[in-house]
Amino acid sequence: MASATDEQLRGAELGLLERFPWRRIILVVLSIVIVAVVAIGAYKTLTLPADERYSSTTWKNFIVLGLAQGAIIGLIALGYTLVYGILRMINFAHGEVFMFGAFGAFFFSHAWEQSGFLDSNPVLSMALLLVIAMLVSMGVAVLLERIAYRPLRNAPRLVPLITAIGASLFLANTARGFFGAQSRGFGVPEALDGTWTILGVEVDRIQVVVLVTVIVAVAVLSLFVSKTRTGKSMRAVAADSETASLMGIRVDRVIVITFAIGGLLAGIAAVLFSITFESVSFTMGFRPGIAAFTAAVLGGIGSISGAALGGVLLGLLQSIGPALILTGYGIPSSFQLKDAFTFLVLVLVLIFRPGGLLGSGEAEKV
Amino acid sequence: MKNRKYFAMLALLGALMLVAAACGDDDGGETGGGGGTSATGGAVDCAADEFGCVEIASGDPIQLASLLSITGDTAFLGTDSNHGVELAIDYLDGTFDGTPGQLLDHDVELTQEDDGCSAEGGQAGATAIAANPDVVAVIGTSCSSSALGVADTILGDKGILLFSPSNTNPGLTSEEAHQAFYARTAHNDKIQGAIVADFVFTELGLTTAATINDESPYADGLAAAFRDNFEALGGTITGVEQVSSSDTDLGPVFTNIAASEPEVVYGPNFNPVCALSYTQGSDILAKGTIQVGSDGCLETSFLDTVGAPIKDFAYYASSPDVSAYQSGAFYKDEYLPAYTDQFGKPTSVFNAHAYDATNVLFDAIEAVAVDDGSGNLTIPRTALKDAVLATSGYEGMTGTITCTPLGDCATDVTIGVFEYDHWPVEGGVDPTDPVFSETKTLADVI
Repeated sequence: MASATDEQLRGAELGLLERFPWRRIILVVLSIVIVAVVAIGAYKTLTLPADERYSSTTWKNFIVLGLAQGAIIGLIALGYTLVYGILRMINFAHGEVFMFGAFGAFFFSHAWEQSGFLDSNPVLSMALLLVIAMLVSMGVAVLLERIAYRPLRNAPRLVPLITAIGASLFLANTARGFFGAQSRGFGVPEALDGTWTILGVEVDRIQVVVLVTVIVAVAVLSLFVSKTRTGKSMRAVAADSETASLMGIRVDRVIVITFAIGGLLAGIAAVLFSITFESVSFTMGFRPGIAAFTAAVLGGIGSISGAALGGVLLGLLQSIGPALILTGYGIPSSFQLKDAFTFLVLVLVLIFRPGGLLGSGEAEKV
Repeated sequence: MKNRKYFAMLALLGALMLVAAACGDDDGGETGGGGGTSATGGAVDCAADEFGCVEIASGDPIQLASLLSITGDTAFLGTDSNHGVELAIDYLDGTFDGTPGQLLDHDVELTQEDDGCSAEGGQAGATAIAANPDVVAVIGTSCSSSALGVADTILGDKGILLFSPSNTNPGLTSEEAHQAFYARTAHNDKIQGAIVADFVFTELGLTTAATINDESPYADGLAAAFRDNFEALGGTITGVEQVSSSDTDLGPVFTNIAASEPEVVYGPNFNPVCALSYTQGSDILAKGTIQVGSDGCLETSFLDTVGAPIKDFAYYASSPDVSAYQSGAFYKDEYLPAYTDQFGKPTSVFNAHAYDATNVLFDAIEAVAVDDGSGNLTIPRTALKDAVLATSGYEGMTGTITCTPLGDCATDVTIGVFEYDHWPVEGGVDPTDPVFSETKTLADVI
């Protein structure tokens, strides 16, 4: 009788332990520690002695650079998120779709730079470069879907994932074979040299072009997805492809259109990236591809606004984060930790919001 | 019945083992360290050599390997050095006629492996070479990252000499890290760092500098050598930044550097980081800020990426001063025309270092190899390494070569600083003379 009582007591204790919200407490403590570390670091940075402190111009530069880089990453991230929304697969070859677009534009920019067309007709030449890169990237994306992914449509989910990695390596090495291993300079119109003053702030012209182009592209995409018949079909396939098929929507056609739109956006990103960094190489798709995938996950993969938000946040984190948080702690060469810093933030976001920032309850999910 | 089956199987197994043992004897030409005197009957005592000997039968080639960067962004470096090795083999018969000569009446066979300009590439390439017991020595690596603690150790453990034409990281020949079977004809970056610091502080008269380098031992070691010497001269280092060799967005890093307002930014990296530093840094740094790179930057792809010099922003790169030996009659009248005929214009300056390394190696082989009178050669591995490291006063194309016990064979080095785009590589604009040139010995900087 006595032993039975002991067991009951132990059971009651275990139940109490199990019921105790350890996970919640650990998360709360962790978040308090993180907020404290960030706040103290930022405070220390901002209160450094005047001769060591960053000037307002430097902060402005960090912000503009981060926004411009983040906008390009966001544009690439849209390609990941659109395909994931429809097929529930990560198209790891999307970085190479972007790279091919850049090379497509490079050959024309190089020729037009030599002939003087680039400088004499800056608006027309930039528009044409965008169209060329969009067409090349779209072509590669559609071919990729047709050759590498469609035959595996009903295969287990890991199969297209591995295929995507294989396709990525294949495309990168093909580009190396065709275009060579060395990086090449990308021609930029002289009209884009220098700065414009906007609301009293001097901003590089290229960064203005990048930001405006990305805003227009995302707005057009949002309108397309929400207002057009094809956009509605895309949303229907994303919600339930079988039911959409029964309702008369041609799923294969919708998938091809999704890849094509992802390619078009990658083409725009490719030209913006190339005029920003003034060079192209066969490896140029790798890091932006990884950054864009990260941005898509950070914002909530499958969400259009999440991908754009994730890209901008990632750009700002990489640009401002090390300077704002790490400098205050006296960490030398703080920018060498920008990737570690960024991925730490990603992990933390996923701990608290596993679906990403806009990943759950997102009405616009595609 | 059952027993007879077992006997038959045992007999078959025994026969297979005998065949395998017989084949095994023919596998390698190397005599083990404890194997007594050479099987070929030469005078050399292979048992006394910890790593044994390489035995080359009459009519067989002397096998060399190269472990150089022949793919990727640094292919310009390794391919160029391979051409230097090939020309040294060509010249064994006293002429550059495009046909290989012979060494001690044996052909010289060159196997080319890729060091990938990375530790992983160095490991894979060195492991592949070390698996062949007939390889006498290796010319390589191109990049310090492929050698340091990787290829130098893997090959050294087998007693195979690794002789580099372009490794410059000081660690490779330091007391702490030097591997016994490693040597190089390239300069030690302690010399290059000191000369660039002299150029910036004394020649340009600038007193504040920041450094930016990627993760490679080459870039890290050279940036550190520059900082040490610049501060010793009285300069101030305003910032130390590190980037990844795969980074394309250097904007935030340069914004951070610009905040400390240095007069010079020193970035001893590889391309495309060098070229991207110049283009992006010029958008962010204060007008007139000078950027300086190193021999890893000074190559044709920088010119392809950047194009014309950027207004108000000068860029310089240091490199062995080729003009110091380009004026030599042999280089100018025989070597360079042969190189250009066979391979086109050189893509780096280190083909000459590879040519010298190969010839020093040939001399050492001639000094230690023993011929049994029938054309069979025996080359003791440790004696070969000792002969290379004992090289003194060798008149090479790149200057007088004298090796230290720690493997530095370029002990008297002239480094030039070249203003962009007057660079002595394909695409460079004439005149391609250095704007600053200085000679230092290893003793000056250690």
